[in-house]
Amino acid sequence: MGKKTPAINSSSTADIAFLLLCYFLMTTTMGSNTGLQRRLPPMPDANQKAEDQKVNRRNIIVVKINSADRILAGTDPIDVSQLKDKIKIFLTNPTDDPSLPEKTMTDIEGFGEYAVSKGVISLQNDRGTSYHAYIAVQNELVKAVNELRDEFATRNYGRDFNACTSDQQEIIKKAVPQNISEAEPKDVSRK
Amino acid sequence: MSRFKKGEKKSTPTGSSGSISDIVFMLLFFFMVTTQMRDTENKVMVTMPQASEVVKLERKDLSSYINVGTPTRTYQAQYGTDSRIQLNDSFKTVSDIRDFIAAERDAMSEADRQFMTTVIKADENVRMGIITDIKQELRRCSALKIMYAATRKSE
Repeated sequence: MGKKTPAINSSSTADIAFLLLCYFLMTTTMGSNTGLQRRLPPMPDANQKAEDQKVNRRNIIVVKINSADRILAGTDPIDVSQLKDKIKIFLTNPTDDPSLPEKTMTDIEGFGEYAVSKGVISLQNDRGTSYHAYIAVQNELVKAVNELRDEFATRNYGRDFNACTSDQQEIIKKAVPQNISEAEPKDVSRK
Repeated sequence: MSRFKKGEKKSTPTGSSGSISDIVFMLLFFFMVTTQMRDTENKVMVTMPQASEVVKLERKDLSSYINVGTPTRTYQAQYGTDSRIQLNDSFKTVSDIRDFIAAERDAMSEADRQFMTTVIKADENVRMGIITDIKQELRRCSALKIMYAATRKSE
């Protein structure tokens, strides 16, 4: 009578919590999903003629990757390491070369007139191209555009693209568009 | 003075271990919040290619995954070593993508469907033929937002 109930030993709750912790560590992933985002062109309508999307020849650069992962940019073979600079020259056209893309004065909301390049990069690959090479080329193309955006941002806002406000980023995106077209699959090697 | 001397002789009291469980629970909640359930078992081996310009996937809940790669060792006897497509938990062919995308789309709310991203997780040694087929099929299903999964290159 009058005996006190002994306190329950609580040291094992830590073990139970550890077990739960281990369970969650095993079954979950620390998902940090990163990658290159792209937008595929919509499937052309069967009745619609493909002709109406004709782009002026000087406005397009064709980057081809063959089954041996060799790269052809425009007319000459090129190494991945040089691709970025070539694309940058193509997109900026600093000397107003008539063989490089034309620019149109576009009124960008919140910024004013800016000569936006009409250049389009068309990426073609072979069925035998390795994914590794394809991603490397995609990466270089994105890098070229990103660097141009950074340059634009530094020139006009005095900071990097990522440091700009979202409004400024929208303006920059309009001024330096990322026009990468993933063309219809073609057999590059046959040509 | 004698009182203090008496106190010094005492052994140091053991620290209360009752708070250990609280600490571990805190760790537990941290992991529960930052991680996500591994939804599917990987049946293909994927070594993602590296790229320096990668961006983070914005809405993880609105993405569906297409894994492409060589089957893992346990499945090689059955499916060979050629690159295969894995959707959800099983090996599929390109023609099954249509149903897969339709099912994924149905599972989303009306407003979210336009933000659906299809993540192509392909091994870096896959040939582009299979990827091109997948891309064409995705275009046919008008699942146009895609992402090539890649890991950040440490430069």
